[in-house]
Amino acid sequence: MNGRDGHRGASRRGISERAWGALFAGPALFLVGLLALAPLLGAVWLSFHRRLPIFGISEFAGARNYWLLWGDERFWAACRTTLHFTGLSVAAELFLGLGLALLLDRVLNGRAAEARWVQAAVLIPWAVPTVVSAQMWSWLYHPDYGLLNYLLQATGLVSSPINWLDDPVRALHAAVLMDVWKTTPFAALLLLAGLKTIPRDLYLAARADGAGRWAVFRHLTLPLLLPVILIVLVFRTMDAVRIFDAVYVLTGGGPGNGTETLSIYAYKTLFQTLQFGYGSTLATAMFLVVLALTAGYLLLLRRHLREIAS
Amino acid sequence: MTEGRSHRGTNAAKVQIGRALLALACVFCVGPAVWQAVTSLKPDAELIRLPPLLPGEPTASHYRAAVGEPSLPRALLNSALVATGATVLAVGLGGLCSFALARLPVGGKRAILAVVLCASMFPPIAVISPLYLLVRALGLRDTLTALILTHAAYALPLTVWILTSFFRQIPTDLYRAARVDGCSPWRALALVILPLARPALAVAALLVFIFSWNEFMFALTLTASEAARTAPVALALFPGLHEIPWGDLAAASVLVMAPVVLLAVLFQRHLVAGLTAGSVKG
Repeated sequence: MNGRDGHRGASRRGISERAWGALFAGPALFLVGLLALAPLLGAVWLSFHRRLPIFGISEFAGARNYWLLWGDERFWAACRTTLHFTGLSVAAELFLGLGLALLLDRVLNGRAAEARWVQAAVLIPWAVPTVVSAQMWSWLYHPDYGLLNYLLQATGLVSSPINWLDDPVRALHAAVLMDVWKTTPFAALLLLAGLKTIPRDLYLAARADGAGRWAVFRHLTLPLLLPVILIVLVFRTMDAVRIFDAVYVLTGGGPGNGTETLSIYAYKTLFQTLQFGYGSTLATAMFLVVLALTAGYLLLLRRHLREIAS
Repeated sequence: MTEGRSHRGTNAAKVQIGRALLALACVFCVGPAVWQAVTSLKPDAELIRLPPLLPGEPTASHYRAAVGEPSLPRALLNSALVATGATVLAVGLGGLCSFALARLPVGGKRAILAVVLCASMFPPIAVISPLYLLVRALGLRDTLTALILTHAAYALPLTVWILTSFFRQIPTDLYRAARVDGCSPWRALALVILPLARPALAVAALLVFIFSWNEFMFALTLTASEAARTAPVALALFPGLHEIPWGDLAAASVLVMAPVVLLAVLFQRHLVAGLTAGSVKG
């Protein structure tokens, strides 16, 4: 009743609650619509066109670009590279992140001052701009003056310096390591926050019932942490699939096209060869890949999620 | 008895191992950034020699060279302007929008939140070509305005999600009371809600600022000249024509990362709270 009265009172003054709502929400939604959603539709629309501005060509092409895509070996190579990169980096980040989170939970539980230091250390890779981290790592990877080779040789692990970026697979793995550096700590922070939501009593009860460490982890920690793991998995996968600046600055997609990810191929097609139509087809295909991966994860883990929710 | 003692003994050993592993993880996290800082202080002769690991005679020459490069100070200024503008715009518009979604009757709230979330998921490459054409058509290519607007638009989803969930936690009664006392929604927001929401607004602002400062693809594509180039783009284009000036590059890297790394470390508790809240609560 009260709300209703307020409603009427406001409309007497000329503006209803609903109008205020539209007024407040409008500008933000307009900006997102104009600069994020409309361009997304625009990309789909462009993907059905042949558009080469330098030749003044702009015509409807139907599904032609998609046929080209199907037969485009460079596209499939970029897909493989992207999957290779994503699979390795997400697996490593989840595994190491979970380990780090468990370690932080175990060792620093109750030590606030130390926890703050560790947290600061862990935030640094997250905050460093990707371009900076790419420059940083290309210096670490330098075949002659790089710290990495120096450490490996000093500890006797390798006998002669390794040229990290001159071989496609090695360069891709170098990019994976850089990505692991940048995002594992952050995944660990999210997982740690998840661990903290699990009531201590449950652990005590399980231990009292005689469950071993592994059993507790397997049957208690892991299932209860699953929603957070899922979130980390989805966000990290989407980030890894669309990786651009890290690899673009570290290797430029080379050697050859050996580390060319989907984003880099699409970017080169759009802005180096100025094929706006075909480039948009690549971009749209990528969007669909991201969408499918996300949907796939959610489907895969739906049963588990429902179990937890019930 | 013996069993208990040996248990305690292995536990202490485990704690030691745990601490050692943590220390190792911290070194791994901080190491590359520290190494870049160390490199930036090394004279050229020591750059191409290992050991020594630490500079024998620290030099500021690389910083002088990096700042002497006319594009870098300009790029840092541009980044500061873009990130500040995007922060003000995203937090301002996002705050209003979140308040509307949390407290005012708006049609299709769930749909709006879902669409806004989707907008933050797709890869930037998927929108870059129409965005480029749009910005060019609006006559905004190579301007800071274009970057401010795009960064704000892409930071808005996160801002709206964080702030909406925060506004929902503020008791409705406070807002109702202000309304009954004759405040317009606008005044109720400004006088009652915003003061309470200051921590959440600060977290959102910090996240937008760091996002905008770090963003590369839009900045690279939508700018063409030094007039609008941001720091990450300047850094990516830094390498010389023939030889990479590693020392100068290291100094430039330190200058580009320093502001955001400082912000992250200074406000770490708020940042972590803000970043984890949304995802952990689901």
